[in-house]
Amino acid sequence: MKSLEEIRKIREEKRKELDLRVNLNANTREKHILVCHGTGCTSSKSPKIIENFRNILSEKNIENVRVIQTGCFGLCAKGPIVIIRPEDTFYAMVRPEDCEEIINTHIVEGKIVERLLCKDIDNSVVQRLDELTFYKKQKRIALQNCGIIDPENIDEYIAFDGYKALEKVLFEMSQDDVINEITESGLRGRGGAGFSTGKKWFFTKIAEGKQKYVVCNADEGDPGAFMDRSILEGDPHSIIEAMMIAGYAVGANKGYIYVRAEYPIAVHRFQTAIDQAKEYGILGENIFGTEFSFDLEIRLGAGAFVCGEETALLESIEGRSGRPRLKPPFPANSGLWGKPTLINNVETYANITKIILNGAKWYNSIGTENSKGTKVFALGGNVVNVGLVEVPMGTTLREIVYDIGGGIPEGRKFKAAQTGGPSGGCIPEEHLDTPIDYESLMQIGSMMGSGGLIVMDDSKCMVNLAKFYLGFTVDESCGKCNPCRIGTKRMLEILERITEGEGETGNIEKLETLAETIKKASVCGLGQTAPNPVLSTIKYFRDEYVAHIEDKKCVTNECKALAKMEINSEKCKRCGLCAKNCPVGAITGDRENGYVIDTEKCIKCGLCASKCHFGAI
Amino acid sequence: MNCKCGCENYKDEKLENILQKYNQDKGNLIQILNEVQVQYGYIPKYVQKRISEYLDMPMAEVYGVITFYARFTLKPKGRYNIAVCLGTACFVKGSEKILDKVKEKLGIDVGETTEDGKFSIEATRCIGACGLAPVFTINDEVYGKATPEMVDKILDKYINE
Repeated sequence: MKSLEEIRKIREEKRKELDLRVNLNANTREKHILVCHGTGCTSSKSPKIIENFRNILSEKNIENVRVIQTGCFGLCAKGPIVIIRPEDTFYAMVRPEDCEEIINTHIVEGKIVERLLCKDIDNSVVQRLDELTFYKKQKRIALQNCGIIDPENIDEYIAFDGYKALEKVLFEMSQDDVINEITESGLRGRGGAGFSTGKKWFFTKIAEGKQKYVVCNADEGDPGAFMDRSILEGDPHSIIEAMMIAGYAVGANKGYIYVRAEYPIAVHRFQTAIDQAKEYGILGENIFGTEFSFDLEIRLGAGAFVCGEETALLESIEGRSGRPRLKPPFPANSGLWGKPTLINNVETYANITKIILNGAKWYNSIGTENSKGTKVFALGGNVVNVGLVEVPMGTTLREIVYDIGGGIPEGRKFKAAQTGGPSGGCIPEEHLDTPIDYESLMQIGSMMGSGGLIVMDDSKCMVNLAKFYLGFTVDESCGKCNPCRIGTKRMLEILERITEGEGETGNIEKLETLAETIKKASVCGLGQTAPNPVLSTIKYFRDEYVAHIEDKKCVTNECKALAKMEINSEKCKRCGLCAKNCPVGAITGDRENGYVIDTEKCIKCGLCASKCHFGAI
Repeated sequence: MNCKCGCENYKDEKLENILQKYNQDKGNLIQILNEVQVQYGYIPKYVQKRISEYLDMPMAEVYGVITFYARFTLKPKGRYNIAVCLGTACFVKGSEKILDKVKEKLGIDVGETTEDGKFSIEATRCIGACGLAPVFTINDEVYGKATPEMVDKILDKYINE
């Protein structure tokens, strides 16, 4: 147990000690080696890097240097990432065997290890994190502490104004003050639908009932999205603090966070954070000596996309299959075990403490008229800088894809960007200058969604992509209502026929009719949005559908049944590698006369194309 | 005590230890199943029966919850479980080819286990290493920026082990 005075003292002393994390000119003899310990970098051996650094330092008896595990820095494409502060030197793609050189050269001799520095988009070598183009257009609010603090150390969180917003709320603000502040900030739900957070809090507060609950939705199901995971891994205490503030505002003393079991690191970090907060008396009875008490528990998901829907999530917390409930009544009136319940998503919570500390005015000065603040995106697919980005609302897609993302690799052309995952749509090049906010994205047939942003180059077939997403929703449909259970299956069958070369005239119209019915008649958000990937690809890439159906052609050759294997004699160097690798002996010829593919024998496995060094097939 | 369906080990200690951590509230079902899945690698029938008795609910309901959630399985996985990520980021970077290669190499389909119990294949949704796409994992080891050739080489190592 720590008293409020003790916590304030930790904040003051620890902040001085950690000044070098944020201040280039910090007056210190210490150095901190920060190593990314998020899921991405962990997968490429960052735990081994930490271990090596620590071993080498102790072998050489080097003092004043600390090795810290942090959350995600964002530039996952260049991982594992190591940053040395206070000078902020940024080393990319570090391998465990590079540790020795970094210690010897950088720490002992005080020289930069040039070969491990990162190259920027224009190929210039960059020394510091903030010099990278990737970071220049970003604004970090939700991710503020990610990559700066050790997420498993509560003192480091406290040092950077941690639990200060809670203190302010408990001692200086009434429940209504808090709700008004959040409402005025203009914050809207980051889970996808964009409902006003302040209003949600207000409805839960005025709902009748003694027992109320606060829930955090961390069931990040959109495949290709990892914003929430990174926040939980990099700054778990900020979510605990925000949930407590929400609990105070709506009058709840118990919270649940529902996390995917597929995120073991996030679950571990969050549990550690809960344990530490309890040890300090921050979570528990009579917090900071006030009347307010709060308890928090983790509930693990078990791999069901539909549980990201709030009422399905509640069913799952109660121990049942996650099938959505009919709304109304909304969770604010009848949620967990029938009690008033507030549900917000991780990223929404991640903004709360900053709004309380800096004020609603500060927050709503960022962003566009109806969409305030920032949005975190998981940028992935065919883009150079795959990673986690946080930008002010109103930033255009072009800026994200080209300025931050560094454009399309391998000299290919941009074809489409997909936002909103299986509920969203594809955005073609003509709409790249659309500012990112809830309404603009809706207008062009996509949606904000939780923040997955997948970029696709011109080698991707849009019909095949629509099929991919629909396959996902068919798998994940809970089966409760017919339009979703049966309708999406029928749509998938049509798409399968089209990609197999068995499409018929009228298929596009049939898809559109089915889509409209499913959108109107489904019970929950999953069904209501499931047809979006199909509708948006039909809207912007209708030609491709027509080519598949009428001409039995797939321009990208992704649909194997429609692909025609041919050797381009101009590009062919007659090396014979294709003939050697063909598993069915369909390629014949010799070095003098060139090679041809016998389309009768060919099974379209594509092995020849992947083996060819000259792109001649 | 023997189970009427003829299976053995109706009550085992490992299971009882898991159950003891939770009170007999039906709301704990998913938590219990998650622990069983981790410790057993699947959810055997006799375990389902014991859980249904412990939480005082029909076994059909337990079975219903198990089959609803993708994480729970009714069959044991192989000693080496190969999970190919089919999240969007990996899909865009060609994860279908990776999955095809794994299937071809082991001669089994997704969700199946080889006869000798050595390998099983799983198609997963986003493991969160999108920066390394396409990705597959063998047990806890992550292999990023995968190519069919790489799958060939890596699997050979395990097959010839």
